Amino acid sequence: MPDTQPPSLLPSRFADWFASRGWAARPHQLEMIEAAQAGEDALLIAPTGGGKTLGGFLPSLIELAETVAANPRPDRPHALHTLYISPLKALSVDVARNLMTPVSEMGLDLRIETRTGDTSQSKRQRQRAQPPDILLTTPEQLALFCATANAEAFFRDLRRIVIDEVHAIAPQKRGDLLALGLAAITRWAPDARRAGLSATVADEGGLARWLTAQSPDTSRFARIVRGAPGARPRVDILDPDTRIPWAGHSGRHAIADVYERIKASKMALVFVNTRSQAEMTFQELWNINDENLPIALHHGSLAPEQRRKVEAAMAAGKLKAVVCTSTLDLGIDWGDVDLVVQMGAPKGSSRLIQRLGRSNHQLDSPSRALLAPTNRFEHLECQAAREAVAANALDGEPLKAGALDVLAQHIMGRGCGEAFNADALFDEIRTASPYAELDRETYDKVLDFTATGGYALATYDRFRRLIKRRDGLWTARTPQIAQRHRLNVGTIVESPMLDVVVSSRGRGGHRLGQIEEWFVDQLAPGDTFLFAGQVLRFEGIEEMAVRVTRSTDTEPRIPTYNGGKFPLSTYLAARVRDLVQDPSGWDQLPSQVRDWLDLQQKRSRLPRAKGLLVETFPRSARFYLVCYPFEGRLAHQTLGMLLTRRLERMRMRPMGFVANEYALSVWGLRDLSGLDFDALFDEDMMGDDLDAWLAESQLMMRTFRNCAVIAGLIERRFPGHEKTGRQVTMSTDLIYNVLREHEPDHVLLKAAWADAGSGLLDIHRLGTALSRIKGQIEHVDLDRISPLAVPVMLEIGKEPVYGEGHESILEDVSSEDLIAEAMRLD
Amino acid sequence: MTDTVQLQAICRFRVHETLVLADPDGVLVVPEVGLLVVSDLHFEKGSSFAVGGQMLPPYDTRTTLRRLAEAIERHQPRTVIALGDSFHDTRADQRMHDEDAATLCALVNRLERWIWIEGNHDPAPPPQFGGEVTDEIELAGLVFRHEPTEGAAPGEVAGHLHPCAKVRRKGRSVRNRCFATDGTRLILPAFGAYTGGLNVCDDAFTRCFGGTPDAMIMGRDRVWPVAAKACVPDRY
Repeated sequence: MPDTQPPSLLPSRFADWFASRGWAARPHQLEMIEAAQAGEDALLIAPTGGGKTLGGFLPSLIELAETVAANPRPDRPHALHTLYISPLKALSVDVARNLMTPVSEMGLDLRIETRTGDTSQSKRQRQRAQPPDILLTTPEQLALFCATANAEAFFRDLRRIVIDEVHAIAPQKRGDLLALGLAAITRWAPDARRAGLSATVADEGGLARWLTAQSPDTSRFARIVRGAPGARPRVDILDPDTRIPWAGHSGRHAIADVYERIKASKMALVFVNTRSQAEMTFQELWNINDENLPIALHHGSLAPEQRRKVEAAMAAGKLKAVVCTSTLDLGIDWGDVDLVVQMGAPKGSSRLIQRLGRSNHQLDSPSRALLAPTNRFEHLECQAAREAVAANALDGEPLKAGALDVLAQHIMGRGCGEAFNADALFDEIRTASPYAELDRETYDKVLDFTATGGYALATYDRFRRLIKRRDGLWTARTPQIAQRHRLNVGTIVESPMLDVVVSSRGRGGHRLGQIEEWFVDQLAPGDTFLFAGQVLRFEGIEEMAVRVTRSTDTEPRIPTYNGGKFPLSTYLAARVRDLVQDPSGWDQLPSQVRDWLDLQQKRSRLPRAKGLLVETFPRSARFYLVCYPFEGRLAHQTLGMLLTRRLERMRMRPMGFVANEYALSVWGLRDLSGLDFDALFDEDMMGDDLDAWLAESQLMMRTFRNCAVIAGLIERRFPGHEKTGRQVTMSTDLIYNVLREHEPDHVLLKAAWADAGSGLLDIHRLGTALSRIKGQIEHVDLDRISPLAVPVMLEIGKEPVYGEGHESILEDVSSEDLIAEAMRLD
Repeated sequence: MTDTVQLQAICRFRVHETLVLADPDGVLVVPEVGLLVVSDLHFEKGSSFAVGGQMLPPYDTRTTLRRLAEAIERHQPRTVIALGDSFHDTRADQRMHDEDAATLCALVNRLERWIWIEGNHDPAPPPQFGGEVTDEIELAGLVFRHEPTEGAAPGEVAGHLHPCAKVRRKGRSVRNRCFATDGTRLILPAFGAYTGGLNVCDDAFTRCFGGTPDAMIMGRDRVWPVAAKACVPDRY
């Protein structure tokens, strides 16, 4: 292959190195060199195992080799040449290690260093004074650089920026922060070219635009470089002999089959969707692990040292299987994985393809995957996902306009670094593609917010965080303010966590990991739960740590972490709807699932892809309405909230609702079958009803809190002066209420609104769904529950029922007798 | 004054022989003397954060004043007692917006009698808004002071501790502000828009009541009486 390319692309030292390994440079790697020589930004899309990382770094190594050749003295002055940014700390470390192989084998004298949150203060200072040739770091570290003096001098010599897993960063707030950081760097180092790396890109044009600095009024795009596609993965769906459950996510019925597949593999990764599922699956596997296969557990709540141990054992090939969550989704090369098991539905085709890429890091042999649905609906979803993989159809999060809370953080950060001119900063920010359409008025509002809070009642002028100096440049008012800002940089607002410490007799003990504070708040001493693969007994809280002992209980109370519940992707949802409506495509489904759908067709109707099926039926003195939008739990919950409000106003006396990924069930005390369903599901519910609900929604308050932390209105916890999360939650709820009352158009409320459109409330998706089903509602009045309704009806009692608010808890526990007894009411 | 009030929303009970009403927005009413009591208003708490660089919305005073005016409208008292910590700090009046200061003045002067009790945050409440200032006062067989006395104190009505209560049911919990009482004495919830709360299971309450007091928890439209044994700590 290399001899067909112009020889100038690959210098002989590099060609020799490829040859010595018995390799040839791949065409996409050469095209990356060509793009770099042409001074272009480039987006490299290549499957896992396709030499993507090397493709990103080759142009850097070639340029650096020339520098070294020009000045071979060991004490040559180093200048920062390439900045590598990845979403994961671990990925930086891994890439640094992998990069060292070609560098040392080619005899290049290069300094390659990482800088993450864990890097020591002294090493950071040394890196500032004497930058390495290649620095591998994270978006947060880049934001910190921007917020310190001398950033300009530090980046002046930069030539290349490599952004790994760019599809995973770009659609998030981290992507907004990174895009703003890149815009700043480009001002300091106008010649620095950008390269993005990814295996799964759904919106290639969007990402190519994201990667490149925009100019006013015209969209600019990075060159798209494609690697040859790898062998198509082989995906099987588990069809167990046992009964497939109607609902739930335990996957217990499939464990024996999964265990057999693990046994037959070299090394398996068992992906699950939530941390509680990880705990449960791990436990179930060990219950039947008669051969004592080395099976480990890996998820984001485990202590880092615990996770590192598992990763090292994997790399050394000492494990047979690892049960893991999305923590192992991204591109670290863990060795000889030859089987990927997905327990439960994959939720999106890009996610599944990304996970499949974890097996078989060789291009030419297909990766093997086993999908193990945990209930009947998931069989449909897995089937749809398999078809999507076969068609290599990708979904993934859409790119959005840049978030205003992130913009506020960046502006403050710039004020903490070198003083800025407001006009020039506006122009610079608009070169970042998420902010290319930002208007001056909004920018000025965010700037004012950053400086004074931006309130109409302008009372905070003398307390400003940013001041405009006499020379017209903006800067932080005091060094203390700048220092506090630096401690709050970043866009990841974790829900507050507490350490879990296990001890045998109350003293000493070691740290197992971290658990959400809200979960701990629900525990009473003696309660048991599953964590880190063990059943633990809660003893109490001491000094911000959860004290636990090991328990012999067999029926633990399982933590229901709210982290990691991905909603069903819009793309996959559409495929599932298509699959359900058309019996001719059911031959791939297990007979149990086919029979179930057949029965639905006889007893009720099949949901049509373009419409919405609504069923009503009575059941034990209540009246139910079940509908099937297939839009994911979050959007369904929002719909349930709005429908119950509406039904309340119509005096239909709704009592509650429950949602799963596919359906929503609402019930009440009056027969709902005579309603005008077109009116009930009309889009106008997204107006006043939504507004009224958001005023008191806990999810909205959480959304607001995240924005307030990112924007710097309130501070996140710093180590050493921990506030408990409760205090933070309390005060942000109060702040939200007060702000909403007096300044409903405040820029921070706008930011929270924008988040609610996609995040926890998925309002945007619900709006799209309501307009899709307009005039397409099919109502069936039944005398009893339909087969398709069973799964969502089984969720009642397991999932919190949202109709019951706080007031009902109070009503339950309050006792009127109390007053009579204790206080002698007249 | 009580006949204008929707009684089902109000919790009526006796504290040390005196009939009182607990309003769901957190004020206490003593009908026989036409008295309304409110505690821990913490005016200008928001702007105190701005001094330290956190620009919280500067509208907490405004919200607090609006709710207080509504409570006064609802109950039509002759006398108001502000039970201490009315001002978040000794410079609060200087940071207060002119409009809010005027609203407060008008509110104070509309009443027959307005009494500022001294609190630890406002040892000398500013004089320019009108009203009397004292450290404690006796009315209708009750004594009103800011900090509750440790040990038995029959007939005492105090604030300072910002009581709130948490209850659990079926694995879910709710935590709201409340009135804390054992029938002999009472501690009012904090009324200010930015005030947090201390759980009634905390030792501070035990030192006053000899155990966890009962809680009159503020709901959306009414007050829910909850026995001490049904209240749980924030954490074990």
